[in-house]
Amino acid sequence: MIKRIFIALVLVMIAVMFLELATSYRENTSLSPLGRYYADTGPAELGAANLVTSVVVTYRGLDTLGEVTVLFISAAGVGLMLRRERKKGSGNGENGDARMRVHKPASEIVETATELLLPMVILFGIYVFLNGHLSPGGGFQGGAIIASGTMFLLLALPESHISRLLISIMESLSGFSYVVVGVLGVILAGGFLDNRIMGLGTFGSLFSAGAIPIIYVFVGIKVGFELSAVLDRFREDTDLK
Amino acid sequence: MTSLPISVIVLCSGLGLILIGLWGMLTQRNLIRMIIGFSLLDTGIHMTMVSIGYVTGGTAPIIDAAVPAAEAASRVVDPLPSALVLTAIVIGLGVTAVMLAFAVRIHQEKKTLNIDECTESKW
Repeated sequence: MIKRIFIALVLVMIAVMFLELATSYRENTSLSPLGRYYADTGPAELGAANLVTSVVVTYRGLDTLGEVTVLFISAAGVGLMLRRERKKGSGNGENGDARMRVHKPASEIVETATELLLPMVILFGIYVFLNGHLSPGGGFQGGAIIASGTMFLLLALPESHISRLLISIMESLSGFSYVVVGVLGVILAGGFLDNRIMGLGTFGSLFSAGAIPIIYVFVGIKVGFELSAVLDRFREDTDLK
Repeated sequence: MTSLPISVIVLCSGLGLILIGLWGMLTQRNLIRMIIGFSLLDTGIHMTMVSIGYVTGGTAPIIDAAVPAAEAASRVVDPLPSALVLTAIVIGLGVTAVMLAFAVRIHQEKKTLNIDECTESKW
């Protein structure tokens, strides 16, 4: 009981604090100096039409590298915790039969729809990360869309196998390439993750903004495979029961 | 009566979600509910951050035919909070995945999701 009162007290105090924040809040009428700098010089300097992308990938590129690392660590952590302990004779015999029974096959409608929609979902994911410098979207969003395609596949065809080797190869390769592009920035341009290692191209076209689309392709592939691996881990775990 | 500005609505919803999330994390005893509380808290923080970056009458910070580069500084919202929220969403996703994996492991070991059953690290 005393716990409940304490929690209520804490929440009320935080609510009072928030009320103070909300009532004193005034909408900005102009950009902050830093935002103004990004809006003024960003398009000409980096050639990216999407200012958020230029901030995420180049001005704060190191943050994004850290973000990719955090995602990688969490995927690895999930993989470590949900590691399937291989018992003797798993995959055949009683254990295998039990696993077969767990998977109630999806209905024909779901299976057919998945076969029809899966390529489109993946294509859309690729579209989103290729156009990250021009339109809302980017590597993380595109990767998440691709992972939703994987989710689709796991729901419709629970027996489908996702190659662990392919996932780790693609993930390591794209992560490594991302860092290589960053280091190329140090050699050829102004600093780590500088996107001006190649021509900026025509503003607003697909091949523009220097290395930003390349970095986003790597991020998209990496995030897509990583999240697919996480989903796959959770799926495999349900096999145990 | 003047209509409420959109950023105030987003800010208040965000702060409300933070409170609901905190309440859920502190009072619920089921691990999955606590994780849902965390997700609500996370979403509330994102909404609050985005609303702080809003500029009156601003539009999405993307330069195109509608927003020429010369007018960008006066017509777009602040791109910095949006970029930070983009990062925060991904981190939140990673944290949630790890928490769910913990929940699955605890359920495997103890066959329950009730946090009161986990007394090892309680004092």
